[in-house]
Amino acid sequence: MVGSLRVRALIVSVLLLAGFLLAWHFAVQGGIKDTGMDPEYAKLMGLTATQGGSAMPGPLAVGETMWKHLANPFYDNGPNDKGLGIQLAYSIGRVLVGYGLAALVAIPLGFLIGMSPLMNRALDPFIQVLKPISPLAWMPLALYTIKDSTLSSVFVIFICSIWPMLLNTAFGVGSVRKEWLNVARTLEVGPFRQAFTVILPAAAPTILTGMRISIGIAWLVIVAAEMLVGGTGIGYFVWNEWNNLSITNVIVSILAIGVVGMLLDQILAVITRLVTYPE
Amino acid sequence: MTSRYLSIEGIARRFSAGGKRTTVFEDLWFAMDKGDFACIIGHSGCGKTTVLNILAGLDAPDDGVVAVDGKAIEGPSLDRAVIFQSHALLPWRTVLGNVSYAVSSRHPRWSRDQVRAHALKFIELVGLKGSETKHPAELSGGMKQRVGIARALSIEPKILLMDEPFSALDALTRGTLQDEVRRICLETAQTVFMITHDVDEAIYLADRIVLMTNGPEAVIAEIVENPLPRDRRRLDIHKQPDFYAVRNHLIDFLVERSRTFKASLPDGYQRRHPPRVRPSAAPNPTPDGDARAA
Ligand SMILES: Nc1ncnc2c1ncn2[C@@H]1O[C@H](COP(=O)(O)OP(=O)(O)O)[C@@H](O)[C@H]1O
Ligand SMILES: [Mg+2]
Repeated sequence: MVGSLRVRALIVSVLLLAGFLLAWHFAVQGGIKDTGMDPEYAKLMGLTATQGGSAMPGPLAVGETMWKHLANPFYDNGPNDKGLGIQLAYSIGRVLVGYGLAALVAIPLGFLIGMSPLMNRALDPFIQVLKPISPLAWMPLALYTIKDSTLSSVFVIFICSIWPMLLNTAFGVGSVRKEWLNVARTLEVGPFRQAFTVILPAAAPTILTGMRISIGIAWLVIVAAEMLVGGTGIGYFVWNEWNNLSITNVIVSILAIGVVGMLLDQILAVITRLVTYPE
Repeated sequence: MTSRYLSIEGIARRFSAGGKRTTVFEDLWFAMDKGDFACIIGHSGCGKTTVLNILAGLDAPDDGVVAVDGKAIEGPSLDRAVIFQSHALLPWRTVLGNVSYAVSSRHPRWSRDQVRAHALKFIELVGLKGSETKHPAELSGGMKQRVGIARALSIEPKILLMDEPFSALDALTRGTLQDEVRRICLETAQTVFMITHDVDEAIYLADRIVLMTNGPEAVIAEIVENPLPRDRRRLDIHKQPDFYAVRNHLIDFLVERSRTFKASLPDGYQRRHPPRVRPSAAPNPTPDGDARAA
């Protein structure tokens, strides 16, 4: 069989997916149905006991639930019953605010560190100590000081997305080719114009790579943060559905988290491609 | 003190690496007039780039001064344009973008259209018309170096500084570019200071060739006056009567004397006034009455 690599890869992907769905479907099929049970008792015992099958939903049930969510993603029936779209929007909103603030701090600070050997050395011990701290470890301190769960999760996103952006900016700025800087110097380009016309475009691919890593981490962390503080957001939704024992909804949310994460990553990938220059 | 257009007055440059101080050169003197084309030749590592960087203002001497037009230079200036060995084009800008960047630095008040028109003029001058929307990555080595030349010329500098501008090019491209640089510099009476280690390039382009001994602590051994007529052409330059005299003199220096010169300084050698020689096929008197003429 001939065909481009792309087509062949697509066929293999589809086959793998189909195989997985089939295996999943048969793995959760029930055994013999026990019909002699008192309906009231059966209700108490749940599906596992009554039907002998697994409580794990099959692909068809998940697909059906997913369809319901997709058909009406933004309904709002009070605090414990909001559409998947609303929950995702809350999470994306927090990520964007925390991430945006981090970029506002990290990029100028990264410029400073990249351009000044003094600041590089002076700030290095702080960065080395702060960087490896799990972002969730900040949560109690944030809740205690800020006293607001939403702002606290925004803070946690801020603190976890700042490091890759900061380090990549500093590295990108610090390793701008000397000859490009010399071109600007011989043309008597002022420091501001030099920063925007030479250093920024030269370091942009490295900075964007840091921003792409950061958005990935932020999206990982927001789910955990929302599980911790509750209220709204996709992380809270997953945990709430677990408490409701609605595994179907948990699986649908997991898929949604994956898709949104992929989209965020792809957006940054496209921007990175736009600012990358061939040498 | 001197009324020369560009004068290097007793400069020294020292680097300390790993607690050891090495003197690249010290008490170095050289001067040129307006419209002069000078080439400096010497072996790799003798300090040619260091001299050029000091002239450009990208580096500062540890002692001594460099004066242009009677004023000591402090830092880089738009009056002195540099053509870098590695072309140093900004890869995210097009050909036009690279040249315009220089033009708009020179003329910050110009409108977009003025900058564009001026840049295009110089792109055309170096024969790159039609490639102005290309990025450096899409250009051959020779074309990149042309952009570098257009960028340097577009700011209409008082002095053009070139650091082995053609060394990375193939022979054919190098020849064409040498022709164009010579034509442009003669037409505009451009003052040029250029580094090369190609003897033929020096003979074709330069009025004066500065011979630098091997480093460290390199000195200017002598200044060779080019005896060839101004209207020399690259294709039949080897038919000029004095060509082999000057060529052999330069090669003899690079092969032998660059190494041994410092050990046996000629009588009356002064760093401030290195001997001037004018190699010639016929035994005719040289301006300074130097004995080393071939
Ligand atoms: N920034 C520097 N630090 C230490 N040593 C240097 C530096 N720049 C140049 N040198 C030394 O100075 C000498 C002259 O270098 P350079 O001017 O580049 O030589 P050339 O251009 O003639 O090949 C070399 O020995 C080199 O190692
Ligand atoms: Mg050099």
